[in-house]
Amino acid sequence: MSLPIYASPLERVWYYTFRVICVLVFVFLVAPILIVIPLSFNVEPYFTFTHKMLTFDPTGYSLRWYDLLLTQGLQNPDAPRDWAWWGQVWEQATWVKAAKNSLWIGIWATVLATVLGTTAALGLTRPEMPYRRVIMAILISPMIVPIIIIATGLFFAYSSACVPPDSAIGAVLSPFLSPKGCLANSHLGIILAHAILGIPFVIITVSATLQGFDQSLIRAAASLGASPRTTFFKVIMPLILPGIISGGLFAFVTSFDEVVAVLFIAGPDQQTIPRQMWNGIREAISPAILAVATILVIVSIALLATVELLRRRSERLRGVTPQ
Amino acid sequence: MADAPQTMPLQTADGRPLKAALAQAQVKAKRRAFLLVLPLLAFVVLSFVFPIFQMLERSVFNDGFSANTPSLTAWFSQHPQGAEIDESAYAALVADLVTMQKAKTAGQAGTRINYVYPGTISVFKSTARDAAKMVPPLKDAVIATNPMWGDPVLWAAMRNASHPYSTDFYMAATDRKPTADGGSEKVAPEQRIYIYLFIKTFILSGVITGLCLLLAFPIAHLMAVLPTAKSNLLMILVLLPFWTSLLVRTTAWIALLQEQGVINDILVTLGILADDGRVRMIYNQIGTIIVMTHILLPFMVLPLYSVMRVIPPSYARAARSLGATSWTTFRRIYLPQTLPGIAAGSLLVFILAVGYYITPALVGGADGQLISNLISFHMNKANWSMAAALAAILLAAVLILYWLYDQLIGIDRLKLG
Amino acid sequence: MKKILILSTALTGFAFAANADITVMSWGGAYGAAQTEGHLKPFTASTGIAATMVDSDNPATPIKAMVEAGNVTVDVASVEYADAIRLCDEGVLEPVDVASLPAGDDGVAAADDFIAGAVTECGVSTDVWATVFAYDTSKITGDAPKTAADFFDLTKFPGKRGLHKGAKAVLEFALMADGVAPADVYKTLSTPEGVDKAFAKLDTIKADVVWWEAGSQAPQLLADGEVAMTTAYNGRIFNAAVAEGKPFQIVWDSQVFENEMYVIPKGAPNMEQAKQFVAYATSTQGERQQAQHISYGPARKSSMAEPIIYVDGKTEMGPNVPTAAANMATALGSDFQFWVDHDAELNDRFNAWLAAN
Repeated sequence: MSLPIYASPLERVWYYTFRVICVLVFVFLVAPILIVIPLSFNVEPYFTFTHKMLTFDPTGYSLRWYDLLLTQGLQNPDAPRDWAWWGQVWEQATWVKAAKNSLWIGIWATVLATVLGTTAALGLTRPEMPYRRVIMAILISPMIVPIIIIATGLFFAYSSACVPPDSAIGAVLSPFLSPKGCLANSHLGIILAHAILGIPFVIITVSATLQGFDQSLIRAAASLGASPRTTFFKVIMPLILPGIISGGLFAFVTSFDEVVAVLFIAGPDQQTIPRQMWNGIREAISPAILAVATILVIVSIALLATVELLRRRSERLRGVTPQ
Repeated sequence: MADAPQTMPLQTADGRPLKAALAQAQVKAKRRAFLLVLPLLAFVVLSFVFPIFQMLERSVFNDGFSANTPSLTAWFSQHPQGAEIDESAYAALVADLVTMQKAKTAGQAGTRINYVYPGTISVFKSTARDAAKMVPPLKDAVIATNPMWGDPVLWAAMRNASHPYSTDFYMAATDRKPTADGGSEKVAPEQRIYIYLFIKTFILSGVITGLCLLLAFPIAHLMAVLPTAKSNLLMILVLLPFWTSLLVRTTAWIALLQEQGVINDILVTLGILADDGRVRMIYNQIGTIIVMTHILLPFMVLPLYSVMRVIPPSYARAARSLGATSWTTFRRIYLPQTLPGIAAGSLLVFILAVGYYITPALVGGADGQLISNLISFHMNKANWSMAAALAAILLAAVLILYWLYDQLIGIDRLKLG
Repeated sequence: MKKILILSTALTGFAFAANADITVMSWGGAYGAAQTEGHLKPFTASTGIAATMVDSDNPATPIKAMVEAGNVTVDVASVEYADAIRLCDEGVLEPVDVASLPAGDDGVAAADDFIAGAVTECGVSTDVWATVFAYDTSKITGDAPKTAADFFDLTKFPGKRGLHKGAKAVLEFALMADGVAPADVYKTLSTPEGVDKAFAKLDTIKADVVWWEAGSQAPQLLADGEVAMTTAYNGRIFNAAVAEGKPFQIVWDSQVFENEMYVIPKGAPNMEQAKQFVAYATSTQGERQQAQHISYGPARKSSMAEPIIYVDGKTEMGPNVPTAAANMATALGSDFQFWVDHDAELNDRFNAWLAAN
């Protein structure tokens, strides 16, 4: 967006003002995230900059909270840091367990939401789809019901959704259910709840992509003898993949950042990262949550940057000059 | 086909009437489309819609009183509203209290009445303890234990509660309380809270939506017109807060905005503020607005960006070449084309804002509370019925909005990135 | 092959996570840690029954939902006194028989060893905690605040005030600051004029109040310098002062104290072990062991027979607990009966008052 040659002086002023406004908005967006990083090195257990930190006194900084991420929950935290110790961290540390839970739940919730959501979006965007508006409203409703109501409603329903562990079905399902064979307090229960919360995002993004999709391509594929399955995987899927990916990302973030449903439905074995953070804010003041946040920020910058680099590389390989 | 007689209906190659064949194909296509949606629909209905309905049913269903008071329930059904509360009524009450004392359920019945008539839990429990020893005339004996039993409003409240289904909680959720004649009246002005908070929630959500739009529009536009490589870098800045935990962002804002926080410190160091004139930007309404705007901003940027990206720049150039000023070009050409994005973003942000509860709970202080904070308050007190009633009202309001959006814009046009 | 095996066990490990023998739900933070150190660990050591601690925002909240849904996953919960009464009224708690609790180490029967009101129909007290107010001695250096009235005196002690966001303990505190004797507080609060009086007192500082909700926020506000004084749970201030070395001073005048209760939900999965745990944790030694970790007073007289020393090995807990004679002069015991009846009503009023400008 360079300034056109015919711009009037007023437009020139506006052009630069506009840039300044944009910079300010971006500062607003990232300021709280930048503040988290130095605070995570605070030596004191409070969320504020101490005098020592502001004067760059090294004693005001420490890795105390990063260390806590590894040691919290260990039976034997002071043991020498050898392989056995790291094994103990992997098995017992509260935050490591929470991270494993979060990833596990997030991935399965995303897969479920994306597969079901994409299939449904394919049906919903067909012109022949009956009762489209009502069905769309039902599918999007998890986004509009207050989360606290969803969480309690699901807790009651999932608590009564049980199969006795000694029955035939129970024996198959028991690894995924709570010790009593119920959905509540089980990994499966949280995965289902998070999948439901992610579904509206998948539906919205995939249908939006499908709106721009040229339906005659399907007829063309069919007329050339492709089966519906071949058409989907060879024609539709590659074209709407960006929509599916962004829907899936939304679903994953929703699950990865969700605390209210976890507060209600999860048992002691399903504590996730946000659940641990909630403790860190509400009951025990612990900048450990800022250390976690810093790690997550770095991971997500790395992820987003990798995606962007890959995109540029593939463009170069295809001979498209990067703009 | 062209030489078929005019009277014959059009036919397909295999000789069937074209109309029927088309209709059949249509049905088949419909069924196929529906089958694609079915798995998700079944999943959502079973594991979401059904539980939510069960939950909302609690807003009209509460058998804490009626399940423990068979005699009173019978008495109420025999004596219509307005009947004198006579000795037989008190006899029924005493009979029920005796059973409740044995089953230790007096507290349950008292809790149900206490929701609409405060102070009754201990009255139920203490009277139940004495009930077995009472001798006629029971009316005097009961009233002697506590004069509250003579209050016709209490009897009206018990009549309402003697049926497991009642609208009591909707009454309470709209700042009303029962009267002696079975109707309802507004509670005292200093007790009124819910209607005020509903209105406030909607106004605050509106303000937040407006702010998000104001902030998102320029950056979405900038990203849409920049070359992809640059705009993708900026997109990382938008997505970064989105990826960072909500709880962390809220905490970070506390560190930034509080009176001894970073922003006040900077302003004091720069000499803009005096040290004793620090501005209070958090633990109040302003704090709620700032933090929620920040948290919901990506939900506005993404739909706007996705719409703006596909607006061809040639339209604006054409307008300019035809003599329009830049302002006219923006107002008449660019803005109308971004409307679907504006509508989608505003709907998303507004709906999410209305239901928010964690952020206002942490930074809202006294006047930055929203209705969902009270829903969670009643949840925490295990008053499911009241929470469900408030939620049902909120949900109804949101559904109306959603319906309006669908009528005006069409829900199919909702976009996210 | 072995690697694959290890990997797959690691992956499925969390789905098959082992079940602890009993699960105790409490408030987390310093308090939860004190219960873990003082009750759970020694209990496991002496009985061999494993015990796991689960944190909750307010352990009373999930209990009713769990019992109603028939899906009880905790065996013991630590709840506030009024909640223990309320949950008991609602029929979701297992009754407790005081005769089943062990006698004190000095041989006095449990019924006489516990302080008055410490054992109810459904719960046993683990400690006595208090809502007090505190200030930062490095900020208020001259004349120190001594009474509740000073807390409300903005001219003598300028600066913001921290208060708990909720009617309980706040209304009582306001009335005592207004000159109502502790003995008359609940009599006054039972009348509409008394409630108006409490809110009128709160009105005098409303514009300068920062409201906190979770126990950890009060010391945080004080440490940040956001408030000059704040009400807080006394154990939180003690921990910030002794363990973190913060210059915080507690003012005991007009403290509002109450019992914290261990309760067992109906349908607890390990009922026998849960009862065993409660009996152990509320024994003379159990109450002492917790008090070594946090400055809440034991509810048994026999637990205080000898001085209790904090885990740092030097601080004596005696003067730091709410039940110390010196701290009790103007103390008020929270009236659970009043709050069971009026909690909903007064909180509605409180919320309305907060929201109004």
